[in-house]
Amino acid sequence: MAEMDTSGGGGHKKGPGVKKGKKQSTRVDLTPMVDLGFLLITFFIFTTTMSSPTAMKLFMPKDADKPEEQNKAKESGALTILLGKDNSVFYYEGILDPAGANFKASNFKEIRDVIINKKKSTPADDFVIVIKPNEECKYKNVIDIMDEMPINAVKRYALVDISEGENQLVKATEASNSLP
Amino acid sequence: MARPKIPRKSTAVDMTAMCDVAFLLLSFFILTTKFKPSEAIEVTTPSSVASKVAPEKDVLLVTITKSGKVYLGMDNADRRRDVLNTLNVTKQLGLSDADLESIAKLEFFGVPVGNLKQQALMPKEQQTDRVLPGIPIDTTNNQMIDWMRAAATVYAGQPMNLLVKGDNDASFPSFKNVMTSFKKNELFKFQMVTNPESVPQGTALWNANLAGIKPEE
Repeated sequence: MAEMDTSGGGGHKKGPGVKKGKKQSTRVDLTPMVDLGFLLITFFIFTTTMSSPTAMKLFMPKDADKPEEQNKAKESGALTILLGKDNSVFYYEGILDPAGANFKASNFKEIRDVIINKKKSTPADDFVIVIKPNEECKYKNVIDIMDEMPINAVKRYALVDISEGENQLVKATEASNSLP
Repeated sequence: MARPKIPRKSTAVDMTAMCDVAFLLLSFFILTTKFKPSEAIEVTTPSSVASKVAPEKDVLLVTITKSGKVYLGMDNADRRRDVLNTLNVTKQLGLSDADLESIAKLEFFGVPVGNLKQQALMPKEQQTDRVLPGIPIDTTNNQMIDWMRAAATVYAGQPMNLLVKGDNDASFPSFKNVMTSFKKNELFKFQMVTNPESVPQGTALWNANLAGIKPEE
Protein backbone atom coordinates (compact mmCIF):
# COMPACT_ATOMS: atom_id res chain seq x y z
CA MET A 1 0.00 0.00 0.00
CA ALA A 2 1.01 3.56 0.11
CA GLU A 3 3.71 3.48 2.70
CA MET A 4 7.32 4.40 2.83
CA ASP A 5 9.99 1.87 3.42
CA THR A 6 11.26 2.81 6.82
CA SER A 7 13.22 -0.31 7.57
CA GLY A 8 16.42 1.45 6.62
CA GLY A 9 17.52 -0.86 3.87
CA GLY A 10 17.93 -4.11 5.85
CA GLY A 11 20.42 -2.24 7.98
CA HIS A 12 22.62 -2.98 10.88
CA LYS A 13 21.51 -4.32 14.18
CA LYS A 14 21.48 -2.08 17.13
CA GLY A 15 23.67 -2.75 20.07
CA PRO A 16 22.77 -5.47 22.58
CA GLY A 17 21.52 -3.11 25.24
CA VAL A 18 19.35 -1.05 22.98
CA LYS A 19 15.71 -1.94 22.99
CA LYS A 20 13.99 -2.24 19.70
CA GLY A 21 11.31 0.35 19.34
CA LYS A 22 8.04 -1.16 18.29
CA LYS A 23 7.66 -0.53 14.63
CA GLN A 24 4.42 1.26 13.90
CA SER A 25 2.65 0.62 10.66
CA THR A 26 2.91 3.53 8.33
CA ARG A 27 -0.03 2.40 6.26
CA VAL A 28 -2.68 5.02 5.79
CA ASP A 29 -6.27 4.10 5.23
CA LEU A 30 -7.07 5.59 1.86
CA THR A 31 -10.78 4.75 1.81
CA PRO A 32 -12.06 8.18 2.92
CA MET A 33 -9.79 9.82 0.40
CA VAL A 34 -11.21 7.66 -2.38
CA ASP A 35 -14.68 8.48 -1.15
CA LEU A 36 -13.98 12.15 -1.31
CA GLY A 37 -12.39 11.80 -4.73
CA PHE A 38 -15.44 10.13 -6.22
CA LEU A 39 -17.76 12.57 -4.55
CA LEU A 40 -15.95 15.43 -6.26
CA ILE A 41 -15.96 13.56 -9.55
CA THR A 42 -19.73 13.10 -9.44
CA PHE A 43 -20.10 16.77 -8.56
CA PHE A 44 -18.07 17.86 -11.55
CA ILE A 45 -19.79 15.44 -13.90
CA PHE A 46 -23.18 16.82 -12.92
CA THR A 47 -22.23 20.46 -13.02
CA THR A 48 -20.59 20.25 -16.44
CA THR A 49 -23.54 18.73 -18.26
CA MET A 50 -26.38 20.60 -16.60
CA SER A 51 -25.48 24.22 -17.11
CA SER A 52 -25.92 24.82 -20.84
CA PRO A 53 -28.68 27.36 -21.38
CA THR A 54 -31.44 26.62 -23.84
CA ALA A 55 -33.08 28.93 -26.30
CA MET A 56 -36.70 29.50 -27.17
CA LYS A 57 -37.40 30.32 -30.78
CA LEU A 58 -39.78 33.03 -31.76
CA PHE A 59 -40.86 34.10 -35.19
CA MET A 60 -42.44 37.48 -35.37
CA PRO A 61 -44.90 38.36 -38.08
CA LYS A 62 -44.28 41.38 -40.20
CA ASP A 63 -46.13 44.43 -39.02
CA ALA A 64 -48.94 45.17 -41.40
CA ASP A 65 -49.70 48.86 -41.54
CA LYS A 66 -53.13 48.66 -43.08
CA PRO A 67 -55.78 46.94 -41.00
CA GLU A 68 -57.12 45.02 -44.02
CA GLU A 69 -53.74 43.34 -44.49
CA GLN A 70 -53.66 42.02 -40.97
CA ASN A 71 -54.41 38.43 -40.25
CA LYS A 72 -57.89 38.30 -38.99
CA ALA A 73 -58.41 35.84 -36.23
CA LYS A 74 -61.82 34.28 -36.07
CA GLU A 75 -63.43 35.85 -33.06
CA SER A 76 -65.08 32.75 -31.75
CA GLY A 77 -61.84 30.80 -31.65
CA ALA A 78 -59.73 33.47 -30.02
CA LEU A 79 -58.55 33.38 -26.47
CA THR A 80 -56.95 36.59 -25.29
CA ILE A 81 -54.61 36.44 -22.33
CA LEU A 82 -53.69 39.69 -20.62
CA LEU A 83 -50.74 40.01 -18.32
CA GLY A 84 -50.54 42.60 -15.59
CA LYS A 85 -48.23 43.44 -12.75
CA ASP A 86 -47.37 41.07 -9.87
CA ASN A 87 -47.87 37.93 -11.96
CA SER A 88 -51.54 38.60 -12.54
CA VAL A 89 -53.24 36.96 -15.51
CA PHE A 90 -56.58 37.82 -17.06
CA TYR A 91 -58.31 36.32 -20.03
CA TYR A 92 -61.40 36.54 -22.17
CA GLU A 93 -62.79 34.46 -24.98
CA GLY A 94 -63.83 35.90 -28.31
CA ILE A 95 -64.43 39.64 -28.28
CA LEU A 96 -64.25 41.63 -25.08
CA ASP A 97 -67.70 42.47 -23.84
CA PRO A 98 -68.08 46.27 -23.55
CA ALA A 99 -69.18 45.87 -19.94
CA GLY A 100 -66.35 43.45 -19.28
CA ALA A 101 -68.69 40.57 -18.52
CA ASN A 102 -66.47 37.90 -20.05
CA PHE A 103 -63.30 39.34 -18.56
CA LYS A 104 -61.99 36.83 -16.05
CA ALA A 105 -59.07 36.74 -13.67
CA SER A 106 -56.76 33.78 -13.50
CA ASN A 107 -53.23 32.93 -12.50
CA PHE A 108 -50.27 31.07 -13.92
CA LYS A 109 -51.42 27.75 -12.47
CA GLU A 110 -54.98 27.89 -13.70
CA ILE A 111 -54.36 29.41 -17.10
CA ARG A 112 -53.23 26.03 -18.43
CA ASP A 113 -56.66 24.53 -17.79
CA VAL A 114 -58.26 27.53 -19.43
CA ILE A 115 -56.12 26.99 -22.53
CA ILE A 116 -56.81 23.26 -22.61
CA ASN A 117 -60.56 23.76 -22.22
CA LYS A 118 -60.66 26.39 -24.92
CA LYS A 119 -58.60 24.17 -27.20
CA LYS A 120 -61.01 21.28 -26.72
CA SER A 121 -64.09 23.40 -27.35
CA THR A 122 -62.94 25.09 -30.57
CA PRO A 123 -62.11 23.65 -33.98
CA ALA A 124 -58.34 23.42 -34.45
CA ASP A 125 -58.34 25.78 -37.44
CA ASP A 126 -60.01 28.62 -35.60
CA PHE A 127 -58.06 28.35 -32.39
CA VAL A 128 -55.69 31.21 -31.76
CA ILE A 129 -54.25 32.68 -28.60
CA VAL A 130 -53.52 36.37 -28.35
CA ILE A 131 -51.07 37.39 -25.65
CA LYS A 132 -51.27 40.99 -24.52
CA PRO A 133 -48.80 42.03 -21.84
CA ASN A 134 -49.27 45.47 -20.38
CA GLU A 135 -46.38 47.75 -19.55
CA GLU A 136 -46.21 46.70 -15.92
CA CYS A 137 -45.69 43.02 -16.46
CA LYS A 138 -42.32 41.34 -16.20
CA TYR A 139 -40.25 39.62 -18.87
CA LYS A 140 -40.54 36.37 -16.92
CA ASN A 141 -44.32 36.40 -17.22
CA VAL A 142 -44.13 36.86 -20.97
CA ILE A 143 -41.72 33.94 -21.29
CA ASP A 144 -43.85 31.82 -18.97
CA ILE A 145 -47.01 32.38 -20.95
CA MET A 146 -45.22 31.80 -24.25
CA ASP A 147 -43.85 28.63 -22.75
CA GLU A 148 -47.41 27.45 -22.18
CA MET A 149 -47.91 27.42 -25.95
CA PRO A 150 -45.58 24.50 -26.75
CA ILE A 151 -46.62 22.80 -23.52
CA ASN A 152 -50.24 22.75 -24.63
CA ALA A 153 -49.38 22.26 -28.31
CA VAL A 154 -50.93 25.56 -29.37
CA LYS A 155 -49.91 26.14 -32.97
CA ARG A 156 -51.14 29.68 -33.47
CA TYR A 157 -50.44 32.42 -31.04
CA ALA A 158 -49.49 36.05 -31.25
CA LEU A 159 -47.95 38.69 -29.06
CA VAL A 160 -50.02 41.82 -29.49
CA ASP A 161 -49.92 45.28 -27.94
CA ILE A 162 -52.56 45.84 -25.34
CA SER A 163 -55.32 48.30 -26.15
CA GLU A 164 -56.11 51.25 -23.94
CA GLY A 165 -59.50 49.92 -22.84
CA GLU A 166 -58.10 46.52 -21.96
CA ASN A 167 -55.25 48.06 -20.03
CA GLN A 168 -57.65 50.13 -17.97
CA LEU A 169 -59.75 47.07 -17.24
CA VAL A 170 -56.65 45.16 -16.12
CA LYS A 171 -55.56 47.98 -13.85
CA ALA A 172 -59.03 48.48 -12.42
CA THR A 173 -59.32 44.79 -11.62
CA GLU A 174 -55.88 44.75 -10.05
CA ALA A 175 -56.75 47.74 -7.91
CA SER A 176 -60.00 46.19 -6.70
CA ASN A 177 -58.28 42.88 -5.99
CA SER A 178 -55.59 44.48 -3.90
CA LEU A 179 -58.17 46.05 -1.59
CA PRO A 180 -58.66 44.12 1.60
CA MET B 1 -0.35 -35.31 11.29
CA ALA B 2 -0.41 -31.68 12.05
CA ARG B 3 -1.50 -29.59 9.20
CA PRO B 4 0.91 -26.93 8.06
CA LYS B 5 -0.29 -23.55 9.26
CA ILE B 6 -1.80 -21.46 6.53
CA PRO B 7 -0.90 -17.87 7.22
CA ARG B 8 -4.00 -15.74 7.57
CA LYS B 9 -4.05 -13.14 4.89
CA SER B 10 -5.19 -9.62 5.52
CA THR B 11 -8.53 -8.67 4.02
CA ALA B 12 -7.51 -5.05 3.51
CA VAL B 13 -7.61 -4.15 -0.14
CA ASP B 14 -4.96 -2.01 -1.64
CA MET B 15 -6.68 1.31 -2.28
CA THR B 16 -3.75 3.01 -3.99
CA ALA B 17 -4.76 2.13 -7.52
CA MET B 18 -8.36 3.16 -6.99
CA CYS B 19 -7.22 6.37 -5.40
CA ASP B 20 -5.01 7.05 -8.40
CA VAL B 21 -7.87 6.57 -10.82
CA ALA B 22 -10.20 8.69 -8.75
CA PHE B 23 -7.85 11.62 -8.65
CA LEU B 24 -6.91 11.29 -12.29
CA LEU B 25 -10.59 11.59 -13.19
CA LEU B 26 -11.01 14.38 -10.71
CA SER B 27 -8.18 16.43 -12.15
CA PHE B 28 -9.51 15.76 -15.66
CA PHE B 29 -12.95 17.10 -14.79
CA ILE B 30 -11.60 20.07 -12.91
CA LEU B 31 -9.42 21.05 -15.82
CA THR B 32 -12.05 20.55 -18.50
CA THR B 33 -14.89 22.28 -16.65
CA LYS B 34 -15.55 25.70 -18.00
CA PHE B 35 -16.56 27.70 -15.03
CA LYS B 36 -19.02 30.44 -15.68
CA PRO B 37 -16.93 33.55 -15.99
CA SER B 38 -18.09 36.16 -13.55
CA GLU B 39 -20.40 38.10 -15.72
CA ALA B 40 -20.12 41.79 -16.17
CA ILE B 41 -23.85 42.01 -16.66
CA GLU B 42 -25.87 40.14 -14.12
CA VAL B 43 -28.97 38.50 -15.47
CA THR B 44 -31.16 35.71 -14.11
CA THR B 45 -32.90 34.13 -17.06
CA PRO B 46 -36.39 32.69 -16.83
CA SER B 47 -36.92 29.00 -17.46
CA SER B 48 -38.78 27.33 -20.29
CA VAL B 49 -39.38 23.83 -21.61
CA ALA B 50 -37.37 24.57 -24.76
CA SER B 51 -34.86 21.77 -25.15
CA LYS B 52 -32.66 23.25 -27.83
CA VAL B 53 -29.28 24.40 -26.58
CA ALA B 54 -28.55 28.06 -27.25
CA PRO B 55 -26.12 28.55 -30.15
CA GLU B 56 -22.65 29.80 -29.42
CA LYS B 57 -21.45 30.80 -32.86
CA ASP B 58 -22.42 33.84 -34.91
CA VAL B 59 -24.19 35.20 -31.90
CA LEU B 60 -25.65 38.65 -31.53
CA LEU B 61 -26.68 38.82 -27.92
CA VAL B 62 -29.02 41.47 -26.60
CA THR B 63 -29.04 41.49 -22.83
CA ILE B 64 -31.81 43.15 -20.84
CA THR B 65 -31.05 43.70 -17.17
CA LYS B 66 -33.39 43.91 -14.21
CA SER B 67 -33.53 47.68 -14.44
CA GLY B 68 -34.25 47.63 -18.16
CA LYS B 69 -30.79 48.57 -19.42
CA VAL B 70 -29.89 47.00 -22.72
CA TYR B 71 -26.48 45.77 -23.85
CA LEU B 72 -25.32 44.33 -27.14
CA GLY B 73 -22.62 41.72 -27.48
CA MET B 74 -21.10 39.94 -30.46
CA ASP B 75 -18.87 36.90 -30.40
CA ASN B 76 -16.92 37.60 -33.56
CA ALA B 77 -14.36 40.40 -33.28
CA ASP B 78 -14.17 40.99 -37.04
CA ARG B 79 -17.92 41.39 -37.29
CA ARG B 80 -17.81 43.71 -34.32
CA ARG B 81 -15.46 46.00 -36.17
CA ASP B 82 -17.54 45.82 -39.34
CA VAL B 83 -20.71 46.71 -37.45
CA LEU B 84 -18.90 49.61 -35.79
CA ASN B 85 -17.60 50.78 -39.14
CA THR B 86 -21.09 50.76 -40.59
CA LEU B 87 -22.46 52.56 -37.57
CA ASN B 88 -19.68 55.12 -37.77
CA VAL B 89 -20.70 55.93 -41.31
CA THR B 90 -24.48 55.90 -40.88
CA LYS B 91 -24.57 57.84 -37.62
CA GLN B 92 -21.64 60.10 -38.58
CA LEU B 93 -19.83 59.48 -35.33
CA GLY B 94 -16.54 60.73 -36.73
CA LEU B 95 -14.43 58.04 -35.11
CA SER B 96 -10.90 57.51 -36.35
CA ASP B 97 -9.54 54.10 -37.34
CA ALA B 98 -7.62 53.90 -34.07
CA ASP B 99 -10.78 54.65 -32.12
CA LEU B 100 -12.66 51.96 -33.98
CA GLU B 101 -9.90 49.49 -33.30
CA SER B 102 -10.02 50.11 -29.58
CA ILE B 103 -13.82 50.11 -29.43
CA ALA B 104 -13.96 46.84 -31.36
CA LYS B 105 -12.01 45.21 -28.54
CA LEU B 106 -14.96 45.69 -26.21
CA GLU B 107 -16.90 42.52 -25.59
CA PHE B 108 -20.20 44.32 -25.40
CA PHE B 109 -21.54 47.76 -26.00
CA GLY B 110 -23.57 49.49 -23.35
CA VAL B 111 -23.51 53.20 -23.95
CA PRO B 112 -25.24 55.64 -26.29
CA VAL B 113 -23.44 55.66 -29.64
CA GLY B 114 -21.86 59.02 -28.95
CA ASN B 115 -20.06 57.70 -25.86
CA LEU B 116 -18.52 54.57 -27.33
CA LYS B 117 -15.05 56.06 -27.15
CA GLN B 118 -15.41 56.66 -23.41
CA GLN B 119 -16.46 53.07 -22.83
CA ALA B 120 -13.36 51.87 -24.65
CA LEU B 121 -11.20 53.96 -22.33
CA MET B 122 -12.80 52.61 -19.18
CA PRO B 123 -10.99 49.94 -17.20
CA LYS B 124 -12.49 46.52 -17.76
CA GLU B 125 -13.50 45.95 -14.14
CA GLN B 126 -15.68 49.02 -14.28
CA GLN B 127 -17.60 47.90 -17.32
CA THR B 128 -20.55 46.41 -15.51
CA ASP B 129 -24.26 47.03 -15.60
CA ARG B 130 -23.94 49.17 -12.51
CA VAL B 131 -21.74 51.71 -14.26
CA LEU B 132 -22.69 51.60 -17.92
CA PRO B 133 -25.98 53.29 -18.80
CA GLY B 134 -26.97 50.83 -21.54
CA ILE B 135 -28.02 51.47 -25.11
CA PRO B 136 -30.98 53.86 -25.20
CA ILE B 137 -34.13 52.07 -26.37
CA ASP B 138 -36.86 54.56 -25.60
CA THR B 139 -39.56 54.96 -28.17
CA THR B 140 -38.21 58.43 -28.92
CA ASN B 141 -34.54 57.49 -29.08
CA ASN B 142 -34.21 53.82 -29.93
CA GLN B 143 -30.54 53.43 -30.86
CA MET B 144 -30.95 49.68 -30.94
CA ILE B 145 -32.59 50.23 -34.33
CA ASP B 146 -29.33 51.72 -35.62
CA TRP B 147 -27.28 48.90 -34.14
CA MET B 148 -29.56 46.31 -35.67
CA ARG B 149 -29.53 48.03 -39.02
CA ALA B 150 -25.72 47.99 -39.01
CA ALA B 151 -25.71 44.35 -37.90
CA ALA B 152 -28.24 43.36 -40.55
CA THR B 153 -26.02 44.91 -43.24
CA VAL B 154 -22.87 43.23 -41.98
CA TYR B 155 -24.44 39.82 -41.45
CA ALA B 156 -26.43 39.93 -44.70
CA GLY B 157 -26.43 36.48 -46.31
CA GLN B 158 -24.51 34.97 -43.43
CA PRO B 159 -25.81 32.95 -40.52
CA MET B 160 -26.76 35.13 -37.61
CA ASN B 161 -28.17 33.96 -34.31
CA LEU B 162 -30.07 36.73 -32.68
CA LEU B 163 -30.37 36.02 -28.99
CA VAL B 164 -32.29 37.91 -26.36
CA LYS B 165 -31.28 37.30 -22.79
CA GLY B 166 -33.64 39.01 -20.44
CA ASP B 167 -33.79 39.15 -16.70
CA ASN B 168 -36.79 37.72 -14.88
CA ASP B 169 -37.66 41.13 -13.51
CA ALA B 170 -37.06 43.15 -16.64
CA SER B 171 -40.21 45.02 -17.49
CA PHE B 172 -42.05 44.21 -20.68
CA PRO B 173 -41.68 47.60 -22.43
CA SER B 174 -37.89 47.26 -22.64
CA PHE B 175 -38.34 43.84 -24.25
CA LYS B 176 -40.94 45.30 -26.56
CA ASN B 177 -38.61 48.11 -27.63
CA VAL B 178 -35.91 45.56 -28.39
CA MET B 179 -38.41 43.60 -30.47
CA THR B 180 -39.34 46.80 -32.28
CA SER B 181 -35.71 47.32 -33.22
CA PHE B 182 -35.64 43.82 -34.73
CA LYS B 183 -38.90 44.29 -36.55
CA LYS B 184 -37.88 47.63 -38.02
CA ASN B 185 -34.93 45.89 -39.65
CA GLU B 186 -36.89 42.88 -40.82
CA LEU B 187 -35.19 40.55 -38.39
CA PHE B 188 -38.17 38.41 -37.55
CA LYS B 189 -36.42 35.38 -36.18
CA PHE B 190 -34.82 35.45 -32.80
CA GLN B 191 -34.28 33.24 -29.82
CA MET B 192 -34.64 33.84 -26.14
CA VAL B 193 -32.09 32.42 -23.75
CA THR B 194 -33.73 30.45 -20.96
CA ASN B 195 -32.89 27.88 -18.36
CA PRO B 196 -34.11 24.38 -19.05
CA GLU B 197 -37.15 23.25 -17.15
CA SER B 198 -38.90 19.91 -17.00
CA VAL B 199 -42.14 19.48 -18.92
CA PRO B 200 -45.19 19.35 -16.62
CA GLN B 201 -46.76 15.92 -16.50
CA GLY B 202 -49.95 15.16 -18.33
CA THR B 203 -49.75 18.05 -20.77
CA ALA B 204 -49.86 17.79 -24.54
CA LEU B 205 -46.11 18.29 -24.87
CA TRP B 206 -45.45 15.67 -22.23
CA ASN B 207 -47.57 13.16 -24.13
CA ALA B 208 -45.83 14.06 -27.38
CA ASN B 209 -42.43 13.54 -25.78
CA LEU B 210 -43.59 10.18 -24.42
CA ALA B 211 -44.73 9.16 -27.89
CA GLY B 212 -41.28 10.09 -29.17
CA ILE B 213 -42.42 12.97 -31.37
CA LYS B 214 -39.59 15.41 -31.86
CA PRO B 215 -40.51 19.04 -31.27
CA GLU B 216 -40.65 21.17 -34.37
CA GLU B 217 -37.68 23.31 -35.14
